[in-house]
Amino acid sequence: MTKKQKQSLIRIIAAFVLFLILLVLDHTGALSGITNRWILMIPYLVPYLIVGWDVLRKAFLNIRHGQVFDENFLMMIATFGAFGVQEYLEAVAVMLFYQVGELFQSYAVGKSRQSITAMMEIAPEYANLEKDGTVEQVDPDDVEIGETIVIRPGERIPLDGVVTEGESFIDTAALTGESVPRKAGVGDALISGCVNGNGVLKMRTTKLYEDSTVAKILELVENASSKKAKMENFITRFAKYYTPIVTIGAVILAIVPPLILMFGYGAGADVWADWIQRACTFLVISCPCALVISVPLGFFGGIGAASKIGVLVKGSNYLEAMAEMTTIVFDKTGTLTKGEFRVSQVIPSSYLEEHAGEWRRIGTADQAQSGEAQAILLELAAYGEAFSTHPIAESIREAYGQPVREALVSDAGETAGHGVSVTVDGRKLLLGNAKLMEQSQIAFEPCRSAGTVVYAAADGVFLGCLVISDTVKEGAAQAVRDMKAVGVRRTVMLTGDRRETAAAVASEIGLDEYHAELLPADKVAQVEKLLTQKGAKDKLAFVGDGINDAPVLTRADIGIAMGSLGSDAAIEAADIVLMDDDVRKIAGIVRISRKTLRIVKQNIVFALGVKILVLLLGALGIASMWAAVFADVGVAVIAILNAMRALKER
Amino acid sequence: MKKKFKLEDLDCADCAAKMEEAIKKIDGVSDASVNFIMQKMTVEADDARFDAIMDEVVKVCAKVEPDCRILR
Repeated sequence: MTKKQKQSLIRIIAAFVLFLILLVLDHTGALSGITNRWILMIPYLVPYLIVGWDVLRKAFLNIRHGQVFDENFLMMIATFGAFGVQEYLEAVAVMLFYQVGELFQSYAVGKSRQSITAMMEIAPEYANLEKDGTVEQVDPDDVEIGETIVIRPGERIPLDGVVTEGESFIDTAALTGESVPRKAGVGDALISGCVNGNGVLKMRTTKLYEDSTVAKILELVENASSKKAKMENFITRFAKYYTPIVTIGAVILAIVPPLILMFGYGAGADVWADWIQRACTFLVISCPCALVISVPLGFFGGIGAASKIGVLVKGSNYLEAMAEMTTIVFDKTGTLTKGEFRVSQVIPSSYLEEHAGEWRRIGTADQAQSGEAQAILLELAAYGEAFSTHPIAESIREAYGQPVREALVSDAGETAGHGVSVTVDGRKLLLGNAKLMEQSQIAFEPCRSAGTVVYAAADGVFLGCLVISDTVKEGAAQAVRDMKAVGVRRTVMLTGDRRETAAAVASEIGLDEYHAELLPADKVAQVEKLLTQKGAKDKLAFVGDGINDAPVLTRADIGIAMGSLGSDAAIEAADIVLMDDDVRKIAGIVRISRKTLRIVKQNIVFALGVKILVLLLGALGIASMWAAVFADVGVAVIAILNAMRALKER
Repeated sequence: MKKKFKLEDLDCADCAAKMEEAIKKIDGVSDASVNFIMQKMTVEADDARFDAIMDEVVKVCAKVEPDCRILR
């Protein structure tokens, strides 16, 4: 409890005790000796002022500032009204009840804020900076790039960097929800926000604090509540009209019926008291607080629940959209497959087999042996891919296993979606897919194996091909089954890869359809086509690893990226980030978003329902001020408690 | 310059929205947001007059919600 809440609690208890005493005195008739009703008011004013003075103070302050219709003013009018019609006990009780509600509301919001922020407690408080042999605790903000910091066992990693000394296990659970610690040794990259295990590590920082992963994530989460869902915007607009309308209703209720009754039916002046009291009930209900607090809080809870399982949702609007997601489009490589390529087959062409003996090894004058066709092909391919950073190129170089002398490679050029052309040791080399071979009019032998096939040709002669295969991620099939179970109707895979590979992956995972051999631009076109085929209310999500699919990520209703720990581009472009690249979490997010929406809708219906009901009953003179206070703060508290359920994962 | 401030005793979500609107109207403020859930306020304003603008912000907020304190 904060200081303010404690003070409020003490005042409530004191006023409540006095109230009970007055209640007993009133019932035993001890106060009946006081005949003047106005003098009788004085003992009731004591608990009233103890518990309600700050409401009156705020009401006056706000009137001075020209802010009339706020809660405090309304409570003041309502209770003054009760005093005016000599309902003293009720005036005290209503103020007491209101303050209890306010206190509980403030406490509940504080609690829920704590539980949401607790799991985002990934912000490091200090860094152990090593300088001239001494270690000093400094603010992470003050550490420059390239400085050395020490991370002791159990400490949070304050900045992104690379290990220079030591070995340890790193707990990434706060960022990824993954409970198995990762091993980190010299040369490994460390991500800020993770917790060091049992070993002492020294690391060289590679980023400033404000650019480090932890700062980026905290900023995203904090800003998430500013991207509002449709339902939140509706409530904000609604609140703007609600209070004035109810207030005007109260004024009309206080003036019109008594006038009609007095002049039309000859009623006495005492009708005013009754109608003013009814108007007061109106005023108490006129604050839209229950709605204004509980709707954003529900969404925030949903975002919190998502971050618990290692998924960053960048705004309430995306969480809302996930509930209506019926089409999901996957990129293949790195999303459904591991993106770890291995050269699985090296198939020299019959020409190369026959002429291997006449071949000269790269960079030497040596003649190759006749049985060396495979080695020749692999060597050529490795040199050809010398400058490419594509994972396929890396896998070929890895399979070659020897350093590539880059001085022998020149004129390297790349055609996106086709392959590379390069001059190696005087030979003009082409490496790429079937399209590249066709384009260059090379007679090649098509390869039917599943996997990525890289065809190679030198000086216009086809030399053979390398088959590179990637493995499907464990859990990808499960992910698709789960998505179907939560109501996703269409699962699609887009890939630049060959039809054979795409078909093999799609059937292994159980996808509805696949589109293969797409260039990056084709993927956007495909997604646009799919966007037109779905229903107007349905949403389409695209899942990619963030590498050259940023345009598709932004084009889809919801862009979901693999965070793969620290890939800034992916985190930037996407609306939802899977921190540990596990596609199984997508179905979980759909479930969380549905639950969040259900809770938010419940709150809207409940809060509005109770308010409208009490307004009607109040106008008819059936609902008391008590009911009105309940419709205000009581409903707010219940709605807040309900909103907190969104924080639970399931 | 963009700066973040912590807020204390901000109890009413409706007030947070009103505060945000009022701050945005101050001369020299280019953007402002009041985050009720995080109890935080972000103000983006002229570098040169930032302190003077913040005094104004405090005044405006006190008008909307007298109990809420801005930790500067």
